[in-house]
Amino acid sequence: MRALDRKLLRDLWGMRGMVLAIALVLVGGIATFVMSLSTYDSLIFTQERYYREHRFAQVFAGVKRAPESLVERVRALPGIDKAEGRVVAAANVQLPGFTDPVIATLVSLPESGEPLLNRLYLRQGRLPEPGRADEAVLSDTFAEAHGLTLGDRVPVVLNGRKRALTIVGIGLSPEYIYQLPPGGLFPDYERYAVLWMGRRPLAAAYDLEGAFNDLVITLESGSSPLAVIDALDLLLAPYGSHGAYTRDDQLSHRFLTEELRGLETMAAVFPTIFLGVAAFLLNVVVTRLISTQREQIAILKAFGYSNAEVGWHFVKLVLVIVALGLALGIAVGVWMGRGMSGLYAEFYRFPFLIYRLEPWVIALAALVSTAAGLAGTLLAVGRAAGLPPAEGMRPETPPLYRATLIERLGLQRWLAQPSRMIARHIERRPLKALLTVLGIASACGIVVVSNFQRDAIGYMIDVQYRVSQREDLMLSFVEPTSQRALYSITALPGVRYAEGFRAVPVRLSAGHRSYRTQIQGLEPEGELYRLIDTELRRIELPPGGVVLTDYLAELLGVGVGDRLVAEVLEGSRPLLEIPVVGLARQYMGVGAYMERRALNRLMGEGPALSGAFLALDPEQEKAVYAALKEMPRVAGTVSKSTAIESFNRTMEETILFFTLITALLGGIIAFGVVYNSARIALSERGRELASLRVLGFSHGEIAYILLGELALLTLAALPLGFLFGRALGWFLATQFESDLYRIALVVAPDTYAFAAAVVLASALISATILWFRLKRLDLVAVLKTRE
Amino acid sequence: MGEPAQVPERVPLFQVRGVTKVYAMGQVEVHALRGVDLELYPGELIVLLGPSGSGKSTLLNILGGLDTATSGEVRYRDWDLTHASERRLTEYRRHHVGFVFQFYNLIPSLTARENVAAVTEITRHPMRPEDALTLVGLGARLDHFPAQLSGGEQQRVAIARAIAKNPAVLLCDEPTGALDSATGITVLEALERVNRELGATTALITHNADIAAMADRVVRLADGEIAEVRVNPHKKSPREISW
Ligand SMILES: Nc1ncnc2c1ncn2[C@@H]1O[C@H](COP(=O)(O)OP(=O)(O)OP(=O)(O)O)[C@@H](O)[C@H]1O
Ligand SMILES: [Mg+2]
Repeated sequence: MRALDRKLLRDLWGMRGMVLAIALVLVGGIATFVMSLSTYDSLIFTQERYYREHRFAQVFAGVKRAPESLVERVRALPGIDKAEGRVVAAANVQLPGFTDPVIATLVSLPESGEPLLNRLYLRQGRLPEPGRADEAVLSDTFAEAHGLTLGDRVPVVLNGRKRALTIVGIGLSPEYIYQLPPGGLFPDYERYAVLWMGRRPLAAAYDLEGAFNDLVITLESGSSPLAVIDALDLLLAPYGSHGAYTRDDQLSHRFLTEELRGLETMAAVFPTIFLGVAAFLLNVVVTRLISTQREQIAILKAFGYSNAEVGWHFVKLVLVIVALGLALGIAVGVWMGRGMSGLYAEFYRFPFLIYRLEPWVIALAALVSTAAGLAGTLLAVGRAAGLPPAEGMRPETPPLYRATLIERLGLQRWLAQPSRMIARHIERRPLKALLTVLGIASACGIVVVSNFQRDAIGYMIDVQYRVSQREDLMLSFVEPTSQRALYSITALPGVRYAEGFRAVPVRLSAGHRSYRTQIQGLEPEGELYRLIDTELRRIELPPGGVVLTDYLAELLGVGVGDRLVAEVLEGSRPLLEIPVVGLARQYMGVGAYMERRALNRLMGEGPALSGAFLALDPEQEKAVYAALKEMPRVAGTVSKSTAIESFNRTMEETILFFTLITALLGGIIAFGVVYNSARIALSERGRELASLRVLGFSHGEIAYILLGELALLTLAALPLGFLFGRALGWFLATQFESDLYRIALVVAPDTYAFAAAVVLASALISATILWFRLKRLDLVAVLKTRE
Repeated sequence: MGEPAQVPERVPLFQVRGVTKVYAMGQVEVHALRGVDLELYPGELIVLLGPSGSGKSTLLNILGGLDTATSGEVRYRDWDLTHASERRLTEYRRHHVGFVFQFYNLIPSLTARENVAAVTEITRHPMRPEDALTLVGLGARLDHFPAQLSGGEQQRVAIARAIAKNPAVLLCDEPTGALDSATGITVLEALERVNRELGATTALITHNADIAAMADRVVRLADGEIAEVRVNPHKKSPREISW
């Protein structure tokens, strides 16, 4: 082995602490990068495969009732590949011992067995046998939530008639990956079930023999979904159609897509920030590391090593460190990526998971980190090599110290000699001090932004459910119902107050843009549902038109004064023209709001309600549930506390788990940076401190000089790090805007405190290590040689 | 090569013309060299004397291509060192010059043998590192790290490192400064042997006027200028010198 390579290995070993710390910074960045991107890729890939293998439909349509023969005519429409008619119905499930209302969606299976589209994945058991009216396949989430197994019997109220269904299979379907109960905002596995049963018994129960009320369709490749939808709407209109829609508006797919999109944003933004910061830190650290080698660079040059050879030597040194960080980072990233995509796959109820790590992810991670490392190295080597060797070998000329600002201000009598040394040292090397501060600040910022989402979501939940939606329970009617129904509900014991609302499903369009949503008709002075904007101001509902969430207005390309076309997707499906009379900025969802009476008038109906918000006496909650269960007009209820609970669980299991991991990695980066800054300070000033020891300074005094500076710089970095974290949070929030939510820029004091704690703990650990190192400072070696 | 070196018709190996060196230190300018003219002839051994701060190291560094003059001209053979490119200077240092530094400047993470090897590996006709170290009496300490060697031993490693490449020019900045007289003589003998047997032109800085007795010529610097050049007609061998 060449002597220089030996030097390399020994130098690496000699600096192993620093090498490891630098590698750690890189591990944090690369692991986040690999983990996020591979998780996202794996989920998308798995989703695609699942959709394909289980023939997830592309176009959906609901009707009141259409004869089976119509399916043939649908198939004959241009652009359609497969079409299948089904019966889909809502029912109540009455599990013994579980008082909360449970809603089920019942989906028919053809008597011949496997459906053409939206095929089931059976985890256990089999499909119902043809002709068996009492057999069903149960969604695995519900089965799991209640510990139901094959052979158990589930009592279901089908169209008012109670019947016990025997579970013969437990399965899942691409159609119900994201299982939202009707009216609910979040999956609720305890209170929502999907049941698949034979077509004939289901049709019989709902008076749909020889007919279907739901249509699923796949398209020939290359055909236009919009043209198909238009044709379908025309064909189905006489049968009470709710309007055909594509996958983009299919509930499960839409929410899944949004969540995956959120994950994608996270997978793009977090690692970019992490890798970027890690690269910056690598650059800083390497630059300083090489600067401490300036004398060796000069010696090598004096012997006739060329700049390129010297540069290559140090490049190799840095490459080893980068390679170490890369290898570890990729290993950790793959390991966490596997774990995380497994968790997500389970959360989304994918029947299987295909873990994928695209080569470009690794290539990019390698490229970015190598480039950052090399840039730092070449800069520093270039600077050192630019000096004539004679200059480089001379111990750095004692720098020109000046009286510091503090002294010029006459404050020095407050400072002892060691403190003055700290002040002068920082003032003399402002750039170096600044780099240290920036490094620590960005580490701090990373920890802040990792926890930022938790804060933002917490805040938004608070706004949504404590300030805006203050009901205990929301119930929806089977169909629009007279306001009088409200009186009988208010009369129930335990109901303190009830407030009706009207919700009309519509397709809003302006020009060529359209959006499927509901127009919410609210009580103008409502107490339970108060429409508020991001400033927590009440949104006024002017009579003559609709108020839109600003994000929706942007999607539709309209503003106040413009007119919207609302295609009503229920009843006689009128086509309405409504002016936009206001915009409101909101965090959660997008909506179109009107005064309830104005909406009734627009619909040409009396004072009809779609549902009501209730305030309950907490003591009698169960009794109210029981009473509502007996009311045939009530289709379902959503309890706020369970909504928040399931939302929190959703967050806990997805985003927050992710942020937990990133916070951990952020902490690792923070430690790497702080430790490095301290170690490099020691190697830069070791001789000086040893000389002071020789002159009679105590261990405590020189430790104070070194660690005092570190402490000062660390403290200076904290506020900067907070600012940086907030800026990153802002960036993240802008990246996350979607029609499901816009993230609030809220950073809780806890988060700042946590980030500060991580940085301070890292500083404390580093300081402890240095304290012991200073104890072992070799005074003799300092006296014997001049470096 | 044993003949006196001052024969005028011989072509000088180095030609130094009006060389100045100014260090700018903030507001102050330090004139380390103020117009030095000097010739060095092939195979000769000169000794540079002068008080501390007189510019000896500066001159040697410029001759060795470690530093460049502020003005004036330095020629080595037909190379113009003052205007040479970085690459040319590197080649010059790599293949032509052996340098012994005032402060040893060993690489701390390499053993004695490896410190020498680091140089012999990149040059054209080197000695074996072990031979070079044996020459300076360190054959038994091949695998010691600089920190495990005394100051004098480190200095001898530095000398072994300089002579191991069989250089055409040997530049030594106080090579015996840290040594007792017996070791100093061993080191000087090694240098003289390289000078004599390989014909390496040798310049040697010392504070010890007695050592001047082994020189062909003695150059005395004072305050950045050449105060005196004296030809030494009776060259002594190091063994005959004592201090
Ligand atoms: N890098 C530098 N910056 C500023 N001044 C310098 C520098 N190097 C040398 N000098 C100054 O140049 C002058 C000559 O220095 P040089 O090192 O050549 O002296 P020297 O004769 O070798 O002294 P010594 O015998 O003490 O080694 C001195 O006054 C010194 O202070
Ligand atoms: Mg000197």
